[in-house]
Parts: sequence; structure tokens; C-alpha cells
Amino acid sequence: MINNMTNKNIIINMNKNLNENINENMNRVAGNASVRLIDKFIRAVIWFFSFIALGFLIWIIVFVFIKGIPHISLSFLTSPNNGKNEGIWPMIINTLFIVVTSLAISIPVGIGAAIYLVEYSKPGKVINTIRFAVETLAGIPSILYGLFGLIFFVTIMKLSFSILAGALTLSIMVLPTVIRTTEEALKSIPSSYREGSFALGATKLFTIRKVVLPCAVPGILTAVILSTGRIVGETAAVFLTAGMGRNIARNIMESGRTLSVHLYILAKEGISFDKSYATATVLIILIAIINMASSRLAARMKK
Amino acid sequence: MKDIFQLNRNLKCEVKIELSQAILKRTVPKQEDCSHVSKKQENRPHVSVSTHVAKEEINTMAYVKSEAFGKVSPKDVKSKTTINTKAIGNTKFKWNKVKEWLAEKMFFFCAFISVFSLALITAYIFIKGTPIIFKIGLSDFIFNKDWNPDPVRGNPSFGIFSMIAASMLATFGSVIAGSFLGILTAVFLAEIAPLFAVKIFKPAIELLAGIPSVVYGFFGLVMIVPLIRKYLGPPGNSLLAVIIILTFMILPTIVNISEAAIKAVPAEYKEGSLAVGATHIQTIFKVVLPAAKSGILASVILGMGRAIGETMAVILVAGNSTLMPESLLSPVRTLTANIALEMGYAFGDHESALFATGVVLFIFIMTLNIIFNMLVNKAGGHHD
Repeated sequence: MINNMTNKNIIINMNKNLNENINENMNRVAGNASVRLIDKFIRAVIWFFSFIALGFLIWIIVFVFIKGIPHISLSFLTSPNNGKNEGIWPMIINTLFIVVTSLAISIPVGIGAAIYLVEYSKPGKVINTIRFAVETLAGIPSILYGLFGLIFFVTIMKLSFSILAGALTLSIMVLPTVIRTTEEALKSIPSSYREGSFALGATKLFTIRKVVLPCAVPGILTAVILSTGRIVGETAAVFLTAGMGRNIARNIMESGRTLSVHLYILAKEGISFDKSYATATVLIILIAIINMASSRLAARMKK
Repeated sequence: MKDIFQLNRNLKCEVKIELSQAILKRTVPKQEDCSHVSKKQENRPHVSVSTHVAKEEINTMAYVKSEAFGKVSPKDVKSKTTINTKAIGNTKFKWNKVKEWLAEKMFFFCAFISVFSLALITAYIFIKGTPIIFKIGLSDFIFNKDWNPDPVRGNPSFGIFSMIAASMLATFGSVIAGSFLGILTAVFLAEIAPLFAVKIFKPAIELLAGIPSVVYGFFGLVMIVPLIRKYLGPPGNSLLAVIIILTFMILPTIVNISEAAIKAVPAEYKEGSLAVGATHIQTIFKVVLPAAKSGILASVILGMGRAIGETMAVILVAGNSTLMPESLLSPVRTLTANIALEMGYAFGDHESALFATGVVLFIFIMTLNIIFNMLVNKAGGHHD
């Protein structure tokens, strides 16, 4: 009985102590006026610098748009680029050409690689090597891809400066993007789908073809869109491999400059700032469309 | 015994021939043929042993033939013996196995292309670049400030120290500024900003992450460079302009990834901290940011990789002088710019020296990549 009483007392005491401690802490931490002041100050600092950063970024878009929109006209978009006309029609077509060619190479290979990584691979040295290679390829700067493309595709394989050489270089460059995005899509497919298919007696290949791939279509489309964005925006690698031809490439063995390369040349040579603004605006609009498409797809995938 | 063996052989041969003929002709063997076999068996003594062996032989035959033909329709062999139906089932299975094997090898080949490409890229850049480094000496190449590749203007000399310095200064400058601004912006977007602000800024940041770097360079050329020239003195094309452009170029990357890392911090951490009486700001800096540390660090290193590798935007604003940078306002040339500017007309030793510049850049990037991978693995381990 006495024992019990002392126990209770101890507990009450402990509770009191705890309460005091918490109160003290509260006072020290939040109640203190100086802490509140510091809080407010830090909050203000965050607002300030975020607005500098975000404001600057939005300034870039708005500035280029305001300067560029007046110079965009139908004739600017659709006329060829020679001595008389300074349109960007050839560059638009070349960009499209190079995007399609690189995707035709990189998408099948990338999907195959992602399928191997998700569906077949077992933990071990081989898979680690492949993963390391993919990560490293993703980190290599485009100028090194350009150097490699110049020495390997342009010189050694004798493709000269051509859409094909550019597309081959770019397809290696976007391969990590394709592999990773497709891999994510494949990983997000519930394993019960596969098990169901196996349980009905389907083979692995059949399951991949009829169950896994159809489910991964939005992910694959995202990969296509992301790679398109990278290819459209790329300058250094394209400029060293696809060359700077200013006409529409009639076949994939001809040189042709893309929109980004065209903007670079316009700005570097100081040919015409008006045309540069207009080209930059077209590029930003293109990227905005690509971004919107990919975020739509991502939203659909989440559903 | 001898007789039995002889008999065995005969029987096997007969069955083999019949079966293979049947398969080759793809005709249904007549019922009499079958009975003919079995009659033979019945007529002879000690036949039970041999039939067993023969049946197995038939099975194997069916396998072999069906593989040669691709598919064997059940009609072909069905009437022959009962065991053969089993063999047909196995045949299909086998063919599928071949297909599966082929598919796996094909997928593996696709996956291996990335390894192959990486090996090829590394090999070619190193093969083209390293001989010149050994020719002029490693220390002379890296620590010499004099870059004069043109043999027409006196002795060519290939020293890239000024470019290494410019690359380093530009990268570190922009990464420090970019990570400061980027992390604060990420905190703002993830924790502090009202919903409407997030709705405006988030898509803008995503758009800016995708904008071609050359657009940033162009903006720098028409906006930042004139401003620097006007307020800080000529020439305008300078290290400072490079740092500013790179800062804002890597900002979206840092903001996007850091914000994701901050949002990935479990809500319990925050709730716990708030429950013991810490303020929101204290919680952010003492609990949330430390918990998101590896993700944020990864974003900074990714930004660093982008900054060190950027070429075209830098060329447009840097001024591209090969002199040693003396102040923030002096024109500079980075490693990447050096390659892109001179590759068009270089040959011989000059071309090799540019590849050697690529080798140096490659080593920088590989170091960064390895650090990045280690961080990402660590971050992954934490969340699991």
C-alpha cells in the first residue's frame, strides 16, 4: 500500500517535471520574442530570394516573347533561308527530320533495354555494369557527344556532316532518358498482371508483348516527348555532327541545321537580333507544347 | 543377346525411316503402317525391351524433325503412336523456349548497347586525346597558361590552365549562387508559398528546365552583357556574365529535384518537430532540410554537371579570350567553349589537343558522376 502511494507520487512528480520541461521548451523555442523575430526574418529572406529567382526566370521568357512575337510572321515561318529570305522553314523541317530519325533509333533500343532491366535481369555484375553505363551516359555533356560523333560517325564511318550522323549521336545521348522513363513505366505495372498472365499459361515473351507493353504505352510516350525536348534543345552535339547546312536536307545523308543551331549562329555572328528573338520565341513555344503534352501524359499515368 | 541387339537396331531403323518419311511428306501415315510395326513386334520374341527403346527413339526423332521444320502439325505424327502426342506438346514448348531465349538475348543486346556506346565514347576520346598529352607532358598541358595552337604564329603551345581555371570558377560560382537561390526557392515552393503562387511558378520552372541552353545564352548576350558593360565597365562579355547565365540555367534543375526531395520527407518528421514546439521555420531548417539532404546534394551535383558541360550559352557570353581570368569582369574561355570554337578548323596536333581538352573534361565529369551515383544510392537506401 505504502509502496503504491510512493509510486503514484513519483509518477505525479514526473508528470509535473515533464510539464515544466515542455513549458520551458515552449518558452525557449517558440514563445521567445527574438525567436519569432528570427523566424520572420528568415521567412522574409526566403520570399525575397525566391522572388528574385522566379522573377528572373519569368523575365527571360517574357522578355524574349515581347521582343520576338512582333517578328514572327507566316512568311518568317514558311520561307526558305537564302540570300533574299531569312525564314526558318528549312530549320523547322530539319529539326523534325533529326527528331524522327533519332527517335526511330533510340526508342526501340531504349524500350528493349528497359524490358531487359525490369523483366529479365537478375542482380549481379552485368546489371550493375549496365546501370553504371546508363547513369554515366546521362551525365556526359553534349559537347563530348559532339566530339565523339565527329570522330566516329562523321570521320570514321564516313557519314560526313549529315542528319544521320547527328541522329546517331543524339540517339546515344537520349538513350538514358528513354531507358529510365520506360523503366519507371514498366516498374509501375502491378506484378499481379504478369502473374495472371503466367497463370493462364502464357510465356514470358507473350506476357511482355500482350500485357506489359500495352500498359507501358503512356510511359513510352513520355519517353518520346522528353527525348524530343532534349533533341530540339540540343546545340553543341548537333552543330559538330549534323553541320550547318541552311537548306532542307533532301535525304538523311545531307547536312542541315536545326532551330537551336540556327539561333546560335544568328546570335554568334550577330546576323540579325530580330530574327534571333523570333527564333528563340518559336523554340520556347515548341518546348512549351512539348512540356504540356508530357505533363498531360504524366497526369493520365497517375490515374 | 546378339539377336536382340540386332533386332533392336533393325526395328529402330525401320521406325526412324517411317517416321521421318511421314514428317517429310507431311502426310498422315496410314493406319496399316502402324499395325505393321506392332505386328512385327508381336511376331518376334524379346521384343518388349526393344520397343521401349524404340519408343524413346521416336520421341527424339520427333523433337529433332520438328525443330528442323519449325512447327509440326499434330496431324503429322498423331496417329503414329500414343507417345508422340506427348512429344508434340513438348515440341511446341521447345520452340517457344527458343523464341524466349532469342528474345531475352535481343533485350540484353539492347541493354548492352549503352555499355558499348559508353566504352566507344571513352575509347575514342581517350585514343585521340592522350597521345598529345604525353607528347607535351601532362604538367605542361595542364599547368601551362599559354594556348596558341596556330603554327603560323610562331611555336604552337597547348596549355589549358586558363581554361581549366575559367571552367572551375564559372562552375563553382554558379553552383554556389544557384544552390543558394535554388534551395531557398525549393523550400518556398514546397513549404511556404501559397497555393496560387505554386500554381503559377511550378509550370514556369518546368518550362525553364526544358528551354534550350542557347536561349539562355542569347538572353545573356542581349541583356546581361550590355548591363554589365554599362554599370560595371567593359567589355561585358565576362566571367560574371557566364556565372549569372549558368546560375539561372541550373536553377530549374536544382529547384525541381530539391523540391521533390523536400516533399518526400515523411510528414511524421515535421509533425513530430511541430508537436514538441518548434516553429515552422525551425522545423524546415532543423528537420526537413537535414532529412532531404542527400536529394538536395544530388540536385546540386547534377546542376554542377550541367554547368561544367554547358557550351553554347557560355560561348555567347564569355568573350572567349584564352588569357588567364584576372577578375570577374575579364573575358574567359571554358574547356567546352575551347572545343566547340576551334573544332571546326583544327587538324593535326591542334585537333588532338582539343580532344585532350575533352579528356580533361571527361575526367571532371566522371568524378562528378561517381559522386552523384554514390549520393543517389545513399538516398535510395535511406528511403527504403
